[in-house]
Amino acid sequence: MKFNRRNFIKSSAVASAAAAIGVGIPTEIKAMAGAAEADWRWDKSVCRFCGTGCGIMVATKNDKIVAVKGDPAAPVNRGLNCIKGYFNAKIMYGADRLQKPLMRVDESGNFSKSGKFKVISWKQAFDEMEKQIKQTLKEKGPTGLGIFGSGQYTVQEGYAAVKLIKGGFRSHNIDPNARHCMASAVAGFIQTFGIDEPAGCYDDIEITDTFTLWGANMSEMHPILWSRITDRKLSAPDRVKIINLSTYTNRCSDLADTEIIFKPNTDLAIWNYIAREIVYNHPEAIDWDFVNKHTIFATGPVDIGYGLRKPGHPKTMESEKDIIKKQAEKVLSADEGISLAYLGYKEGDTMEMKNAGAPQKHWKISFDEFKKGLAPYTLDYVAKVSKGDKDEDIEAYKQKLQELADYYVEDGRKVVSFWTMGMNQHTRGTWVNEQSYMVHFLLGKQAKPGSGAFSLTGQPSACGTAREVGTFSHRLPADMVVANPKHREVSEKLWKLPKGTINPKPGAHNMQIHRDVEDGKITFVWVHVNNPYQNTANASHWIKAAREMDNFIVVSDAYPGISAKVADLILPSAMIYEKWGAYGNAERRTQHWKQQVTPVGDSMPDIWHYIELSKRFTLGEVWGAQKVPGLDAGIPDVTAEATAMGYNLDDTLYDVLFANEEAKSYVWPDPIGEGFVNTEAEGDKRNVIGEDDKPWEGYGFFMQKYLWEEYRKFGEGKAHDYADFDTYHKVRGLKWPVVDGKETQWRFNAKYDPYARKADTGEFAFYGKALKNLPQGTLKGPDASQGKYDLSNKAKIFFRPYMDPPEMPSKEYPFWMSTGRVLEHWHSGTMTMRVPELYRAVPEALCYMNPEDAKEQGFTNGDLVWIESRRGKVKAHLDLRGRNRCPKGLVYVPWFDEKVFINKVCLDATCPISKQTDFKKCAVKLYKA
Amino acid sequence: MGDKKSYPSRRDAIKKLFKGTGYLGISGTVLGSLATGLAANKLELRPPGALEEKDFLKACLKCGICVEACPYDSLILSKVNDEAGLGTPFFRPREIPCYMCPEIPCVPVCPSGALDIRKLQNVSGDLNINKAKMGLAVVHKETCIAFWGIQCDVCYRACPLMDEAITLEYDKNERTGKHAFLKPVVNGEFCTGCGLCEHACVTEKPAIKVLPIDVATGKVGDHYIKGWDKLDEKRLNSSGKGQQQPEGNKDAIDYLNDWEDLIDE
Repeated sequence: MKFNRRNFIKSSAVASAAAAIGVGIPTEIKAMAGAAEADWRWDKSVCRFCGTGCGIMVATKNDKIVAVKGDPAAPVNRGLNCIKGYFNAKIMYGADRLQKPLMRVDESGNFSKSGKFKVISWKQAFDEMEKQIKQTLKEKGPTGLGIFGSGQYTVQEGYAAVKLIKGGFRSHNIDPNARHCMASAVAGFIQTFGIDEPAGCYDDIEITDTFTLWGANMSEMHPILWSRITDRKLSAPDRVKIINLSTYTNRCSDLADTEIIFKPNTDLAIWNYIAREIVYNHPEAIDWDFVNKHTIFATGPVDIGYGLRKPGHPKTMESEKDIIKKQAEKVLSADEGISLAYLGYKEGDTMEMKNAGAPQKHWKISFDEFKKGLAPYTLDYVAKVSKGDKDEDIEAYKQKLQELADYYVEDGRKVVSFWTMGMNQHTRGTWVNEQSYMVHFLLGKQAKPGSGAFSLTGQPSACGTAREVGTFSHRLPADMVVANPKHREVSEKLWKLPKGTINPKPGAHNMQIHRDVEDGKITFVWVHVNNPYQNTANASHWIKAAREMDNFIVVSDAYPGISAKVADLILPSAMIYEKWGAYGNAERRTQHWKQQVTPVGDSMPDIWHYIELSKRFTLGEVWGAQKVPGLDAGIPDVTAEATAMGYNLDDTLYDVLFANEEAKSYVWPDPIGEGFVNTEAEGDKRNVIGEDDKPWEGYGFFMQKYLWEEYRKFGEGKAHDYADFDTYHKVRGLKWPVVDGKETQWRFNAKYDPYARKADTGEFAFYGKALKNLPQGTLKGPDASQGKYDLSNKAKIFFRPYMDPPEMPSKEYPFWMSTGRVLEHWHSGTMTMRVPELYRAVPEALCYMNPEDAKEQGFTNGDLVWIESRRGKVKAHLDLRGRNRCPKGLVYVPWFDEKVFINKVCLDATCPISKQTDFKKCAVKLYKA
Repeated sequence: MGDKKSYPSRRDAIKKLFKGTGYLGISGTVLGSLATGLAANKLELRPPGALEEKDFLKACLKCGICVEACPYDSLILSKVNDEAGLGTPFFRPREIPCYMCPEIPCVPVCPSGALDIRKLQNVSGDLNINKAKMGLAVVHKETCIAFWGIQCDVCYRACPLMDEAITLEYDKNERTGKHAFLKPVVNGEFCTGCGLCEHACVTEKPAIKVLPIDVATGKVGDHYIKGWDKLDEKRLNSSGKGQQQPEGNKDAIDYLNDWEDLIDE
């Protein structure tokens, strides 16, 4: 029976009629009905959520998403997902999806900070943005702008933003939420290797013998990777060991062989214990061949503060003062008296934070010095300092630490150390990251299949976009930095900018942008693809500043969250499957996808937000001389150079940065996009009335391909190589560096990495270029007389001591408070809380607490309590029997729920080197609400 | 032909069925209750500490005090006069589960003892909501996405007796070759039937459901004891009779004298 439309209608009707009266129909007709309905299209993409980077396939029909499935061809997940990925088909269709531009206006329809939100046109939105930016540039120069970027930007979005902000507006005040997530890992990589991102890949999971989890709740935060770890364990249950180091019992403890509950911050001491075990008690385990050929020893200053505001700031509340004081000086504790004795300190001494301004400096030391530094970290000292469960027998705890060290040391035992936020969100986060490499380097267990310290990335593209594109206040693409004149020159060449366009002074990092708004230094803020007014610690300060001071806050988003509420102007964003894009996951796998459906309402892809804005600024308006605080001469006028290059001062940033000759050479239609919508290139069926009050009909060329192809030039030949655009649309991602069409599984290993082979320094080459020329000295400091040391192709084994965090439990605030996520919800919940099933499963954030602590305070399960710190308080219901089981003295509150706005309570202390906030430690008190 | 008396006719069976549900008598009310959708039926769950159903129905005063006492509004009063009893309290976990309050506010206030606090007390007299037996959760593995390999386990994390009433069973996923199943398994010994699992389940119709204990459970005869488990000997019913003896020889003789069909003509 040949199948055509008439047959289909007939048989469908027959089938449904038949079903109604309970009569069976011939199976032949039934089967054909099924075949005709299969005219939806499956196409590959990725999951919107975590850094695991699962492959997803999207089924569309009639320009609507009908379903998703895990991509069976994706090596990461082979068709599986966690339940967030399971609901990818629903995340775009929440009832309160932002569909039109909204602005706070008065009765006449003009912007007013005290006005209520009303729908406006795209043109009015861009008009207001243009006005506000020009006013800010006039009054403050480029440092008056502040852009909150994201680890959830697509690569093209991050690249367009970076080009516009850094190349166009000459500002480096663009910093992503990845600053709160991975900055310590990045700083650890750059300090240790001279180049960012992990050496290994997920294949390490199937090869290794040992998993140590350091403050990484993989069972909830990287579920598909946890599924792979579980399978590895089942494959060899006696051989494979899993050790879960955490400050409270989480679901990883169910599968783990050993659970080590440690006191917050003391991971610093535990890593040193392991190193000391190796150096003092198992020197035979040191791979001297590796250590001598490929590493040097190093250390740095300790009096570096805690990334807090300077004491005496007018907006500091009275209640905050005792903690802020420590930014200038701190009285050392008993534990620090021992760990810092090597510098001549003792308990009770006041440490003045003399190096708070240059915390990252470091110098080479000898192995003997390194060994000296490790001396105090005996099992007795470290067990005493680090044991986190008051009820645990110390001898049992010591045995666990000993066993942990033994697993690392064991000859022939492969070890992968995984961590995420426990080690990164830490006032010494960079140090802790460096310590992981210290242990793996000593043992020669790094950059090898199944062996290595593996920093897990939380967000879907903190690697691919934020880090690799450089959407940071101090970065340029491909690991280049703003402060390096050669790097600026390279970037200016690739962007075809006049020499001297790029501002040489690094800008404000994420925390600093908030503080600068509070100080009135930043008066124009733009939020891209994240929720800074919910995700930043000590939130009350920043919300007040944004709402009450004279500034203009713009938020590009898909859903109304706290940041949108705080904003003055909201621009509706197209979501993941509504635009062409690319993400890069935690194992360096870059994955691209095509636009699957037309965006909802009048929402537009984020690159359109940035590129349309660029049409409002001429070279003459932004490339003149500008003042920059901290640079006496400011930044120079480059208009003469621009004219010499052939530009016209009436050209817009759009003409120069986004619609230049090279851009237009990427024609649309392009065979790779056949059958697919491309809102940026050709518009879409909605004909959205755009920036010029006219229907949007597209740029007329393949903007997304242009952005990718120009971007990848930055990394070519620099160990950051990518494949061309079209290739990524044919494969399930590739792990960079991609050289001669081949991806790289293990970097720095000459057997697998062409760059390591090229360096020709034996089995390994840590070829990263940054920070490879060091002063030399002792534990006490650098010694100028020793001159500098060139450590090309080598990495560093850092000695770092234990130090306390700035805020610890006290009489008034007797509990540690830690924060984090839960499996069911992503970040601030703007997407997952709008999926009814996920909302019903976990409708609110609970406060997890030890049941005996609760009893002592007179609480029972389910009680509503206030959780209060020096900075603010929130209410939450207690859970004494839930997924997280806390030791005495610690509570845990996840941050996905805007009704339990825990960041009001958290402390805005950061690692001074990485500037990453320590969300895991502050002190609170609890009382009934 | 066999003895017709031993096998009830089909017609009789249908009649019995209708009688049981009251359809033959009160069709109007039945239709009315179907319209409101609040007809309680034999699958409804009672509050914690409830007596066995027939005793409960005799004792329950239908006063609604337990319903008012519940801080989560979990309890509803039935609105139809059928075997579940007009005005008796029950709850539907998919809508609002029992949140397992440690202070069990619904039970001590019951004036008739239809909800018996003694069932929910430790030997010491302390309240213990974990002793509740409101129902038993049952997992349908074909619709439980964790059995597909999806990383879910929402029910496991929602369970107030996590790692006791619901535990995870780990299995290799041979299809992918590198992932594992994390399957939720209910352990009846600990399950209280609160339904937090059913409520949290993310499938369209929950793949884990709480059924009344009677419906969800079997019973093992006491004629066989597990030889490897000393504690199982407790089930031995030595109350006197032993296994039942047959009476007389009538059935054997009837059979022996029935020659029909033994040889084909």
